[in-house]
Amino acid sequence: MTGEVWIGGGGVICGIGDNLPACIDAFRNMATGAATMEYLSSAHRGTYPVVEVRADNAALAARAGMPAHISRTALLSKIAAQEAWDSTGLGELRNYRVGFVSANTVGGMDKTEDFFADYLQDPQSGHLNQVLHHECGSITELVADALGIRHHVTTISTACSSGANALMYGARLIRNNMVDIVIAGGTDALTRFTLNGFNTLMILDQESCRPFDDTRKGLNLGEGAGYVVLVKDELKELIRTPWCKLSGFANANDAYHQTASSPDGIGNYLAMKGALEMSGLKPEEIDYINLHGTGTQNNDSSEGLAIERLFSPHYPPLSSTKSFTGHTLGASGGIEAVFSALAVREGYLYPNANFGTRMKEVPFTPVTAFSEGNKVQHVMSNSFGFGGNCSSLIFSIS
Amino acid sequence: MFQPYIFNQLSMSIYIQGTGCVSPLETAAEGPFPAVVNPAYDGARLKVSDPDYKQWIDIKQIRRMSRIIKMGVAAAKLSLQEAGVQKPDAIITGTAYGCLDDTGVFLSKMINQQEEMLTPTSFIQSTHNTVAGQIALMLSCHAYNNTFVHKGFSFESALLDSIMILKEGKSKHILMGGMDELTTHSFNIISRFNRFKKEPVTHNELLHSATPGTVAGEGAACFVLGTEKGDNSHARLTGLTTSYKPGSTAEIAADIIAFLAVHEIAQEDIDLLITGRNGDSEGDIWYDHVERTLFPDQAVGCFKHLCGEYPTAVSFGMWVGCKVLSSGHIPADVLFKGKTSEKIKKVLIYNHYKGTHHSLILLTGC
Repeated sequence: MTGEVWIGGGGVICGIGDNLPACIDAFRNMATGAATMEYLSSAHRGTYPVVEVRADNAALAARAGMPAHISRTALLSKIAAQEAWDSTGLGELRNYRVGFVSANTVGGMDKTEDFFADYLQDPQSGHLNQVLHHECGSITELVADALGIRHHVTTISTACSSGANALMYGARLIRNNMVDIVIAGGTDALTRFTLNGFNTLMILDQESCRPFDDTRKGLNLGEGAGYVVLVKDELKELIRTPWCKLSGFANANDAYHQTASSPDGIGNYLAMKGALEMSGLKPEEIDYINLHGTGTQNNDSSEGLAIERLFSPHYPPLSSTKSFTGHTLGASGGIEAVFSALAVREGYLYPNANFGTRMKEVPFTPVTAFSEGNKVQHVMSNSFGFGGNCSSLIFSIS
Repeated sequence: MFQPYIFNQLSMSIYIQGTGCVSPLETAAEGPFPAVVNPAYDGARLKVSDPDYKQWIDIKQIRRMSRIIKMGVAAAKLSLQEAGVQKPDAIITGTAYGCLDDTGVFLSKMINQQEEMLTPTSFIQSTHNTVAGQIALMLSCHAYNNTFVHKGFSFESALLDSIMILKEGKSKHILMGGMDELTTHSFNIISRFNRFKKEPVTHNELLHSATPGTVAGEGAACFVLGTEKGDNSHARLTGLTTSYKPGSTAEIAADIIAFLAVHEIAQEDIDLLITGRNGDSEGDIWYDHVERTLFPDQAVGCFKHLCGEYPTAVSFGMWVGCKVLSSGHIPADVLFKGKTSEKIKKVLIYNHYKGTHHSLILLTGC
């Protein structure tokens, strides 16, 4: 493929910050986000910590400029997408051919589950406006309409790798001249549906999660949204400060089990290898890996072994920012793409919180302290999910 | 504001190497368009005619699978079989609603059991990428795997992704498809939005009913796309575009003219226009306008009286288009207006979903 795709900006809202600078401060101060749930209503409130965005829907709606009765997933999406656009300095969105490619895993489920409680009592009850935006695509369109995007709008849902796949598809749209700019990433709000789902899989930690630590017991669920702005080469000069380029990406399937990762992480390995091939880089040229790193026994072991197979003996600094943000599911690929792209621009290395003991499966340990001004030219971001979906992105300096 | 994918700039053709379809008709029997067409309307609801899934899926797995997984896997396997492909280089699905049945099961239990004593199966199978993941698992296929979930553009986005990946030149065969299932919950809830006919209707009457609403449907249609003509290739995919929330019928008509111009085709070159007409007097005005102003002399075919309305129904429409091109004639149950021409070379499919999601798919015989 030809045609450079630049990262012109990015925006994030998640449990450690209402915007990107606030998130970076949280990393700097080692301020992790897991806490007792305040905004989600669930029977498991006292059992499982979560990483919530610290605002109720009314406050988020005011910030998003949207009605408060719509799904929290759309509100989070609008806030992060707007921050991403504003950071580019490109001015009026309507002056460009812009696409919006957003990922999420359960659409407007936060409202549907309220509706269903009434509906199950009587099929004629329940407020219809609570299911009006149940579909994943509806969340994307609420935000596209609010931003004024019409040229290309779509939604991807590949479980926990959804956000990363949105960047891939967005880059392809630009390389094929379908649009000039794409706001790409993902969003997901916490729901009882997902919390209970992950609980049945017995992979939720009752304490703060400990990715890539030998004592890890599971993940903490989080919520949020994260988007980058992908910009075609010809418009690069108009960007305030181009962060870096999206130099490589690949998607592969583990083809092992509907939810569990294969022991050797074949899907992870193929995704990372494919992304390196597209970028034309050798493994030793990667300066930092933003791990998928959920904190479950199975995920981290598979990812670790896949990294060992590809990178041994030169392990770059690596860490899981999910130790701060929790696992934000469909948003995670977008949020971590923003962190990864910014790492190239600023020379950041992000810490892996709650790390104590090296995993016995692998010979490396994650970075545990925040630092800046490092020589960070190429960053890999991993996202792996249910259905065997594995994706890797590489961000490179200009 | 159509954004046509410019096929004539491609240095290659995209062939439809195989098709597979599970629908309310007996389409899973392979071969030509079914001779007997009698979709079983249950009020305003149309269910797929379930084939014997044991042909493609292990019986132990069948028991755990919801209908969308079974129909998706069956359509996928049928299309691969016709294409003579064991393992595709990518698997891409489009599904607006995803795995609704498993979602409803988990949601209901969660509420009824106050979040206690839940089991994982329905949650695991509720994720939107379950069908694509299951196909990869059954084929041990480590290739690219993606799922689009964007309402009436789910199938079109999957098609566009397939085209862009084929264009990169590293993939030979892509398995792609559209699928959605209808459940009792989804039918009940969508009915409350007055989307379906209140009065009884048959498939012969639906398209002429002149009342608001349509019938609910479901199905799965898969295609193997490749850059080489296969033994069973009868059609090429030669155009695709979408338009989100067009302002008027005049805007769509202008967009269709522009689309044809980009592909260097005259209106009269279209041998068959297939529309997504669904009997909803409000939605069908789009098709009335396009048929009357742009294609007054052409044969027009329809398909939603056979599969019902659902966000990925256009995948069934594309399957019908492929069958027309492979047989060279328009089945009587498909023909809505006009006469079948001697030789059908170009089929244009114009579909919209709820008036907000419009798309054009151009197929050319080969």
